[in-house]
Amino acid sequence: MGELFSLGIRSIFIENMIFAYFLGMCSFLAVSKKVSTAIGLGVAVIFVLTITAPLDWLIQEYVLKQGALVWIDPAFADVDLEFLQFIMFIAVIASMVQLVEMIIEKVSPALYGTLGIFLPLIAVNCAILGASLFMVQRSYTLPEATVFGFSSGIGWLLAIVALAAIREKLRYSNVPDGLKGLGITMLITGLMGLAFKSFIGIAI
Amino acid sequence: MKFIRKIFDNAKPNFDKGGKWEKLYFVFEAFETFFFVPDHTTKETGVQIKDAIDMKRLMNTVIVAMLPCLLFGMWNVGHQHFLAIGQEADLWGKFIFGAIQVVPIVIVSYAAGLGTEFVFTTIRRHPVNEGYLVTGMLIPLVVPATLPLWQVAMAAIFSVVIAKEAFGGTGMNILNVALTARAFLYFAYPMQISGEVWTVLPEDKTEIVAGYSGATPLAIAAESSSLASTARKNTVELFNKKTDDPSAKNEALYTAASNESAKLNNTHLVLDNLNGHWGAKMYQFNKMFFGFLPGSIGETSVLMCLIGAMILIFTGVGSWKIIVSTFVGAYAMGYLFNLFGANEYMYIPAHYHLVMGGLAFGAVFMATDPVTAAQTETGKWIYGLLIGMLTVVIRVLNPAYPEGIMLAILLMNVFAPLIDFYVVSANKKRRLQRATV
Repeated sequence: MGELFSLGIRSIFIENMIFAYFLGMCSFLAVSKKVSTAIGLGVAVIFVLTITAPLDWLIQEYVLKQGALVWIDPAFADVDLEFLQFIMFIAVIASMVQLVEMIIEKVSPALYGTLGIFLPLIAVNCAILGASLFMVQRSYTLPEATVFGFSSGIGWLLAIVALAAIREKLRYSNVPDGLKGLGITMLITGLMGLAFKSFIGIAI
Repeated sequence: MKFIRKIFDNAKPNFDKGGKWEKLYFVFEAFETFFFVPDHTTKETGVQIKDAIDMKRLMNTVIVAMLPCLLFGMWNVGHQHFLAIGQEADLWGKFIFGAIQVVPIVIVSYAAGLGTEFVFTTIRRHPVNEGYLVTGMLIPLVVPATLPLWQVAMAAIFSVVIAKEAFGGTGMNILNVALTARAFLYFAYPMQISGEVWTVLPEDKTEIVAGYSGATPLAIAAESSSLASTARKNTVELFNKKTDDPSAKNEALYTAASNESAKLNNTHLVLDNLNGHWGAKMYQFNKMFFGFLPGSIGETSVLMCLIGAMILIFTGVGSWKIIVSTFVGAYAMGYLFNLFGANEYMYIPAHYHLVMGGLAFGAVFMATDPVTAAQTETGKWIYGLLIGMLTVVIRVLNPAYPEGIMLAILLMNVFAPLIDFYVVSANKKRRLQRATV
């Protein structure tokens, strides 16, 4: 239990998807103009991450890994389907995103409207595929993978919401013309990364 | 005075519209308002606010509040130097030695930063703001006196361009400008700003007194804690060896292991190490409060910071809520760590955290920066509390950064707009409930 907790804290703050790995930058930069929209997208990302990480774990463990198929027949002990990893993981993510899209459209059409194209684009959000691949690489167990997915999502939400609040405040700033829009956002991301360095190195 | 006025009056036509140096008008204006009170008045139409406080006075108040820290810092630089070479010197001797080290840093910081500002004002056509007067003084106060001057200049330029002018100048930045300068130095030139760089030492190392160590209390605390954890690991290894190696050495191993663990069952390890520092009793609580110890130029003395805090609070320039809540947050976190200490650092008495390192300086001068702090009154409490708690968390848990206050404030600068957002929306909700339409 303690280990899961520390894994959670670690993936929220120390190994933050945005500031430690720079994953999921496109939607991070594009959908961070308003706090409410950012929260919407962040929650969607948390949802997708929490479901895909354990699902992908099951697929990896019982289908893809070498010898994973022995539960069907012992003769499959040599079968290694790892080369299908990317396509399988992306398929799982895409179908989950489809599900989220349908739910959001039903529950909150306004949010659905504001998220626009970025909702289906969660499917290609690198943070989500990244989480699944990290999970395989670090050989997490099933509960660990679930916690990892969930808390990575929270870390991502925290980052995008903080950026959105800064950008709302920035509306009153006199940013040079050349830096307006994405330029200044990149700068802010860099400065936020500087501040987030406070966590890198903490050993829990 | 008339003499200076004359110079400005003579030069003015050159800078006015159509003049020779028209482009440099705002540079001229900056110098003029530096020497004389500006004669601009509010337009007759529109809302009128009559108040003596303007940006110039605000910033000057902060500078006055920093003066005790600066003067004490100069003296302390000399004090530490003469302590390290084992010589006696009187008050003025120490002060003048320190001033020779510190004044160039201040001059370079102002020159580099203001130079950058002038370039920007000339290109972007906006007046020079007084904001840099404070930043230019803060930067020297948060660096060691041994820092090479070109690094001071680099840091000043970096922070003015990236942290301030890119956002449109004074009042629009997200991160505290002086802290960005320090963070830049910390990550770009770690050699010159960490380790034993805090005391000005002579070139000739033989002059240094025996047993000298220029480590700050934070560094000692972090180090003794990590030493203890390595020792604990060794003990476990020794015990493990004992169980799966039934050789003759067993007995010796066992004694060694139990010696190790006896050394570790000491919750005062960090305090002992602080007290055992070469300058006897140098790191006692009251010494750290008054600030007779190595550290950045302005940060060592809690007393001077508190005098500055009094000035800021009395004049209403700094928010007392942020200062108080930062201290409360740090104490609370230190106390919490006391309750369930997992490493030796956690057992250090909570009030030590308040006087070690730059917590007081950061709380008084950095966290209260009205631009980057939370703007709402409730938000200020949350903001300060989190800074204090995070500072102690980073100090104790993160061996990479012995000093936590810098990154804690930067991190809360990032989250300050978010805190404000939620405080405001909570206010809206509460008021909506009261509304009866």
